[in-house]
Amino acid sequence: MLEGKKTATKPPVRKAPAALGETVKDNEVSRRSFFSWLSLGWIGFVASTGGFFTMMLRFFFPNVLFEPVQTFRAGYPDDYIIGEVDTKWKDKYGVWIIRNREGIYALSTVCTHLGCTPNWLASARKFKCPCHGSGFKSTGINFEGPAPRPLERYRIVLADDGEIIVDKTQKYQQEKGQWSDPEAFLRV
Amino acid sequence: MDSFKEIVNYISNPTILFTTVVLVFPFIFPPSDWFEKWHRRLGLHHLWGTKFIVIAMLGMVAFFMYGLGDYNFQKIVLKPDNVPISGLIFLVAFFTWLAMNQAYKNDERLNAGEKPNEYFEAPNDKVLVWPDLVYVELISLIIASAFLLVWSIGLPAPIEEPANPTESPNPAKAPWYFLGLQEMLVYFDPWMAGVVIPSLILVGLMAIPYIDRNPENSGFFSYNRRRLAISVFMFGWLVLWLMLIIVGTFLRGPNWNIFGPFEYWDIHKLEALTNINVSEIIYIKWLNKGLPDSIIIREIWGISILLGYFLILPPLLAKTFLKDMYARLGSVRYSVFIVLILIAITLPIKMYLRWMFNLKYIIAIPEYFFNF
Repeated sequence: MLEGKKTATKPPVRKAPAALGETVKDNEVSRRSFFSWLSLGWIGFVASTGGFFTMMLRFFFPNVLFEPVQTFRAGYPDDYIIGEVDTKWKDKYGVWIIRNREGIYALSTVCTHLGCTPNWLASARKFKCPCHGSGFKSTGINFEGPAPRPLERYRIVLADDGEIIVDKTQKYQQEKGQWSDPEAFLRV
Repeated sequence: MDSFKEIVNYISNPTILFTTVVLVFPFIFPPSDWFEKWHRRLGLHHLWGTKFIVIAMLGMVAFFMYGLGDYNFQKIVLKPDNVPISGLIFLVAFFTWLAMNQAYKNDERLNAGEKPNEYFEAPNDKVLVWPDLVYVELISLIIASAFLLVWSIGLPAPIEEPANPTESPNPAKAPWYFLGLQEMLVYFDPWMAGVVIPSLILVGLMAIPYIDRNPENSGFFSYNRRRLAISVFMFGWLVLWLMLIIVGTFLRGPNWNIFGPFEYWDIHKLEALTNINVSEIIYIKWLNKGLPDSIIIREIWGISILLGYFLILPPLLAKTFLKDMYARLGSVRYSVFIVLILIAITLPIKMYLRWMFNLKYIIAIPEYFFNF
C-alpha cells in the first residue's frame, strides 16, 4: 500500500540486488539479521499468545466448584399423595417426585429437547415446556411438541430409617430400557 | 369491532397465515414465465408502485394504532423486547418495496434498451471513498448512535428476577433475531435445528456466489433477468426467516402455544398437540403391533423416505423440471444447490406434516440422538 503511494509521486529507483551474504549498507538490516529478528518476533508472539491461552484454559478449572448437592433426603413415602406430582423439590434440586399406585419415582426437571425447565400444569395433568412447547405425561413420557425422548428418572431408594433418598448422579433413560431398573422406581 | 379482532386472531394462526403466504408468494415474486404472466394479469406489479407503498404504510400504521387500543395487542407490541420487531415489519416492507421499485424501473429501462439508473450515479463504475462514502458512513454512524442512545434510555431492558436454572420464564423467548430458529426448533430435533441447519444456512449463504456465477445485473437493481434467484432468496429471507421471527415474537404465548395478536395470554389454554413418529404410525397405527426391537427395522421407513428425498429427488428434478438449471450449473454446482434447497424446504414440509398428520419425526432414533 505504502509502496503504491510512493510510486504515485515519484518513480522507484531500482537498485542492483545485493550479492549473497553481502551486507547492505544503506538500511543496516542484513538478510541474516532480518531472519533472527523475525524468529525472535515469532517466538515472542507465540509465547505471549500461548501464555494467554494457558491462562484462559486455567480459567476453566476453578479452584473451588460450588456444585449443588446431588443426593438428598426427600421425606417419607407417606408425604406423597398417590396420583399427585410433587413440585416442592423443583427449585432446590430440580426434581419432581411422583407417586402412583405402585410406587414413587423421581423425574428430572430438564426438558429432553433443549434443556429448559417445564412446568407442571395440574389442570391438564402434563408437564409443558415454555421454550418450544414439548409436553410430557406425569410418567415422564413425551407426547407432544418436539422433545425426542422422555424425561429422565433419577435413582430413588429407601434409607434404613425409611426415608426416601434421591440420587441425581444416577439417571435412568426410558429409551434405553433403564426404567425397569429396580432403583429407578421405588415400590411402596 | 370485536369480530374484526376475531378474524385477525383466526387468520394469524400459522396454519392459515403460512399457507396463504406460501400460495401468494410466487405471484408476488414470480420465479417463472407462468407466474410472471399471472403476476401482471392480477395487477400485482402495482405493489411496487409509489401509490401502493403509501397506502400500505398508512394501512399498517392504522392497524397498529387501532391495535394499540386493545390491551392484549398493546402488551405484546409495546414490550421493549418486541419493539424492534414492530419496527422490522415497517422497515422490511419499505426496503423490499424500495429495492423492487428500483428493480422494476430498471427492468423497463433495460427493455427499452437504456442503461440502468445506477449507471448515472457512477458512470465509470467507481465512486470516491473520500469524501463521498466516508462522509455518508460518518453521518449514519452518528445518527445510529444517537438513535440507539435515545432508544436505550427510553425503553430500558426489562430486567427480570435473578437467573435460576430450575425456573424458565413462560414463555421463554430467545433474543428476537433467534426467534426464527426457535420456531424451527418446534418442528425439529435440537441437534438439527440448533446446530446442523444454522450451519448449513451460513454455508449456503457463503456458497451463493459460487453457485450463482451469473455476472448479469451486477451493480444495479433488476428483477426480470434474475427472477428465479431473487424469488428463491426472498422466500428464504422473508418467509422462512422474518415471518417466523414475527410469529415467534407476536404469536407465541405461554407454554409456547399459538395466540392471536388480540388474544388474552391464557396460561391454561389447552391445545391437543399429541404427535407421533413415522415408525409409530406404520407399526402401531397401520399394522397394529408393537414397535420392533431392532432400531434398523423400526426406522427403515423413515430412513428410506429421507434417502429418497435427498438421493432420488435431485436426479429426478434434473431430468424434469430443473433440466435447464442442471445444464447451466453442471453436476457439482447443481448437487450443492439442490441439496441446500431441499434442506431448506424440509422446514415447511415438516411444519405441514406436524399440522396435518401430527407427525413428530420421520426418523426417530433417540438412542443415538438422531431425529429428523
